[in-house]
Amino acid sequence: MQFDTPATSNPIDQLKVVGKPIHRIDGELKTTGRAMYAYEWYDPAVRYAYGYPVGAAIAKGHVIFIDSAAAKTAPGVLGVVTTLDVGDLEKGKLNTAKLFGGSEIQHYHQAIAVVVAETFEQACAAAALIKVEYAAEKGAFDLRAEMTHARTPDPSTEPDSSAGDFQAAFDTAAVTLDAEYSTPDQSHSMMEPHASIAAWDGDKVTVWTSSQMIDWWRTDLATTLGIDKEHVHLMSPFIGGGFGGKLFLRADAVLAALAAKAIGRPVKVALPRPMIPNNTTHRPATIQRIRIGAEHDGKITAIAHESWSGDLPGGGPETAVMQTRLLYAGENRMTAMKLATLDLPEGNAMRAPGEAPGLMALEIAIDEMSEKLGIDPIEFRIKNDTQVDPENPERPFSHRDLVGCLTLGAEKFGWAERARPGARRQGNWLVGIGVAAAFRNNLVMPSGARVKLDRDGVVTVETDMTDIGTGSYTIIAQTAAEMMGVGMDKVAVQLGDSRFPVSAGSGGQFGANSATSGVYAACVKLREAVSSKLGFNSADVVFENGDVRSGNRIVPLAEAAGEDGLVGEDTMEWGDLTKTHQQSTFGAHFVEVGVDIATGETRIRRMLAVCAAGRILNPITARSQVIGAMTMGAGGALSEELAVDTRHGFFVNHDLAGYEVPVHADIPHQEVIFMDETDPYSSPMKAKGVGELGLCGVSAAIANAIYNATGVRVRHYPITLDKLIGDLPDVA
Amino acid sequence: MKAFSYERASTVEGAAKAAAQTPNAKFIAGGTNLLDLMKLEIETPSHLIDVNGLGLDTIEKTAEGGIRIGALVRNTDLAADNSVRRDYGLLSRALVAGASGQLRNRATTAGNLLQRTRCPYFYDSNQPCNKRQPGTGCSAIGGVTRQLGVVGVSDACIATHPSDMAVAMRALDAVIETIKPDGAKRAIPIADFHRLPGDTPHIETALDHGELITSVVLPAPIGGKHIYRKTRDRASYAFALVSVAAVIQADGRGKVAVGGVAPKPWRAEAAEDELRKGAHALASALLADARPTQQNDFKISLTERTLSAVLAEARG
Amino acid sequence: MPTPIQLELSRRKLLVSSAATVAVAGAAKDVRAADIRGKALQNTTAVALEVNGETQHLVLDNRTTLLDALREHLHLTGTKKGCDHGQCGACTVIVDGRRINSCLSLAVMHEGSKIQTIEGLGQPGNLHPMQAAFVKHDGFQCGYCTPGQICSSVAVLEEIKANIPSHVTANLTEQAAITSAEIRERMSGNICRCGAYSNIIDAIIEIAGVPA
Repeated sequence: MQFDTPATSNPIDQLKVVGKPIHRIDGELKTTGRAMYAYEWYDPAVRYAYGYPVGAAIAKGHVIFIDSAAAKTAPGVLGVVTTLDVGDLEKGKLNTAKLFGGSEIQHYHQAIAVVVAETFEQACAAAALIKVEYAAEKGAFDLRAEMTHARTPDPSTEPDSSAGDFQAAFDTAAVTLDAEYSTPDQSHSMMEPHASIAAWDGDKVTVWTSSQMIDWWRTDLATTLGIDKEHVHLMSPFIGGGFGGKLFLRADAVLAALAAKAIGRPVKVALPRPMIPNNTTHRPATIQRIRIGAEHDGKITAIAHESWSGDLPGGGPETAVMQTRLLYAGENRMTAMKLATLDLPEGNAMRAPGEAPGLMALEIAIDEMSEKLGIDPIEFRIKNDTQVDPENPERPFSHRDLVGCLTLGAEKFGWAERARPGARRQGNWLVGIGVAAAFRNNLVMPSGARVKLDRDGVVTVETDMTDIGTGSYTIIAQTAAEMMGVGMDKVAVQLGDSRFPVSAGSGGQFGANSATSGVYAACVKLREAVSSKLGFNSADVVFENGDVRSGNRIVPLAEAAGEDGLVGEDTMEWGDLTKTHQQSTFGAHFVEVGVDIATGETRIRRMLAVCAAGRILNPITARSQVIGAMTMGAGGALSEELAVDTRHGFFVNHDLAGYEVPVHADIPHQEVIFMDETDPYSSPMKAKGVGELGLCGVSAAIANAIYNATGVRVRHYPITLDKLIGDLPDVA
Repeated sequence: MKAFSYERASTVEGAAKAAAQTPNAKFIAGGTNLLDLMKLEIETPSHLIDVNGLGLDTIEKTAEGGIRIGALVRNTDLAADNSVRRDYGLLSRALVAGASGQLRNRATTAGNLLQRTRCPYFYDSNQPCNKRQPGTGCSAIGGVTRQLGVVGVSDACIATHPSDMAVAMRALDAVIETIKPDGAKRAIPIADFHRLPGDTPHIETALDHGELITSVVLPAPIGGKHIYRKTRDRASYAFALVSVAAVIQADGRGKVAVGGVAPKPWRAEAAEDELRKGAHALASALLADARPTQQNDFKISLTERTLSAVLAEARG
Repeated sequence: MPTPIQLELSRRKLLVSSAATVAVAGAAKDVRAADIRGKALQNTTAVALEVNGETQHLVLDNRTTLLDALREHLHLTGTKKGCDHGQCGACTVIVDGRRINSCLSLAVMHEGSKIQTIEGLGQPGNLHPMQAAFVKHDGFQCGYCTPGQICSSVAVLEEIKANIPSHVTANLTEQAAITSAEIRERMSGNICRCGAYSNIIDAIIEIAGVPA
């Protein structure tokens, strides 16, 4: 099905099932420990062997020699596969750093061997016996030091944009801001480590893994193994979190497949937690410069956003300027990105890539500018709202209600009670509130599904879509139930299997809208098949209560399916509505913090997000996406930073003790409000993404709240106490 | 983890003797730090002596009016003990400020004292570390040092001791009782228990090979206000950037130990003379010989500010 | 309705309950030279654990953590390995009435211990009230930390009842109260990167039967 004109009325609009607060259909499995993740697949007839990976001890250079003799003769060892043994392997198209094979080391903890043994304990012990000789080379590891060498990245990343004459307008603006901000490298730190089990049957391999994108992984694994894609069967029905860290093929799958081949038995490999931050990808650090010029009345006349980031050769920039092209009006504008070569681990997508770090900076800048202007920061944002793409004013937003989010949030949160910076004190706490706009583009991806109707009237959806905690199982079931006119108890959903039609997968907050649209398309096909079999005129057919009705004829779906059942399969593809109309999601974050006047410790007291993201398919799972993102944003604001050893080129705090993500005690009760809206330009579902929107801007709202509490402006994340105490009041 | 043999000890004397007679043996109790380090092969014992069956899990009154805490009393039980809550609130507070509920349920009194540093370079066996491999150098110096020590450190090591409990015990003048493989017993004041790194950062305590901690004795209660203040980035389940353990008397005198700044719980009895002059005077005296790095010099002012918060609380 | 995933699971459940005795596959049973006491030093040890009410006799490599004994030997994979270093809480189980990190405990140290895992708390169709509250309040997303969160939740309420203090307990000499702040602090050893914390607290508060 091609979606190329705005959606009109369709069966989803009945909202009998879609849009309802339905609990997750996989909830019982997950809360009882019965949901099986990659490393847990178990067949009693199979003797699994355990693979333990070895990571490089240097950041850049070559492996000269690997002595695996001691490992090979260690108790229980079945084999050792080294990066030198397998030689150069073709890199997956979507990987920047190679995962395994050959002598070149591109980053610290790059996989250089896997030791396979009968037990996990034996494999782990033997892996420590591997001795490696390296020829280390000097690398570049310090973004700030490399800024001057940074270059304009590939044109496909749209590194430069402009409209009007920024410089002239900025030079003549009545009020200006010119400030530098920085965001650190961040780690996805999903709870389930990257893990795979591989089993070969002749020249075909089956891999249970933890992947957000089944088809991307399948394609790149086939490339890396040098086999036909059709010979790779990938399964990932449950994924213990991804956040972008499991978008692209990872070393565990490659190591498991190569090791299983080498020893002739199925092999399980999980990345040890201390290896994950340096072996896998991360959100790259940025240094950002923002300049804003405005009239005294608060109208922005000039806005510029530049960002510097680094990556390995062949990598891309962190697109931190993108939202600035669309979020606020202003006739004269420019954005620019510069990319430095860094020999740190691969930088790549992490939840809301671009917008998350970009808004961390931009929304502080807006707060600073509003203060300079003496205008309330909400009023300032509203004054500079735009209903069209500011670079291309002929191109409207499909639907944009940033103003609604800000005003409703201000009312609900009690914004009017905001005090001037540093003025509100409760006991030992300096208390403040902050706001930031949320913005994230709505992306769509082709997405396929197969929907089967069986003789019992059960509708089974099959798609290679994944549920990484997002609620895909549930919203897909809701979509199929709505389309086929059956209850949730008559729908089964099968996900994460490469034998199923290729879907959007989970990423870029495109999953829910795209994948349910694919299910919609397949259901349309199935409805046609039912109508056709019954000889109904499909235009007036109604599917409801488990029956199909045309005029006064009513046939139970089970009967219509017949002994052999019926199948509908289709892929939703997208026309150019995303080009003619700017499709984005909007929101407003409100945060109250307390900052300890003595120690500078910041503790969040209240959080509210108001989101405008089209139709909300399930308010329970959508809300969970938003509160989860707010939590990640709290970590980004206050504690998360992969600390770089700029001498040796690695992330030093490479475990969950060193890299501090928020814990329960860091997070207060969180409120989420969804604007009641639909966006017919986005899809037949009229929904948009929400999973990343919740992260966009929240860190800046916290930063602005800290400023409001203390009067201390920190422009470099994370906002830890050491950046505050020097400017806090004397307490001695 | 390297392979090891395992035995369950049934008597204190037997455990100490077994340790002395078995090459490369270690005691294991809670295991919450030792196993962590064994998995990374930072600790590589070839024999483990499980001491969990030795009893040593009671808290008793001493003839001097203090308490004797069994080496195997779990952190949770020590924190929850009524006499500790009443008379040594500082200790209870320090315990529950540390780690997580799960870890405190396993971690023992003796094990907590014997915790090794959380320096990330110590934890990464690819990096040189004098504490892990004597003579290889310190890769933390000149590297990422925000969490590391500012005082009592040396050119060989700038790691901190991670315990909260030990900081409170230092302020409470605890005494550590041990038994040696030959059956000899001794009592080590906590001030002498942890060693400064000097040229030998791998030697962390005064214990001899095979010497087993049997109990920790606290002197009779001294009254006063008991405050443990832990300053950290996360609100919970995080190591201290700076912590202050203090017992402050109504006249303003008191005992103060500081955590998160040094290779051992940091206290200078002489500095406590400055206590009544305020946090600045006390911090200056405590940290007189500090040699922070660029990344962790904030710990100097943070110590002073945390101290001032503690003193304000004591007055309040 | 049963999906193929669930069918797979019921097969697994059968397997687990029939596995009263599981020998460690390929474990090194090498006996090192006797020590100077003349005592044989072995790298394996026999241990009996009572898991969810059933006694399991295992001969284990001494290195096997309680976590790996559950997951790899008893195939009770509801208990999760998130970090294997006591930094995340995904491996939380209840041993002799107390929650611990099963990754930082050797299985052989638990001779005779009563171990309760998520599988023992409740099953699909027969949920423990805490499991049901997690479903109701959507106290999870990816589900990987969830078994640990639930085991911890059940134990936390017992810890408060038993008057064990926490970092946020205002007065050490008074009975600890069941409040959101107390629960948040006590649950902080269970990391949820999906960020379901706010909902988890709602679920626990409901089971605790106190106003939030």
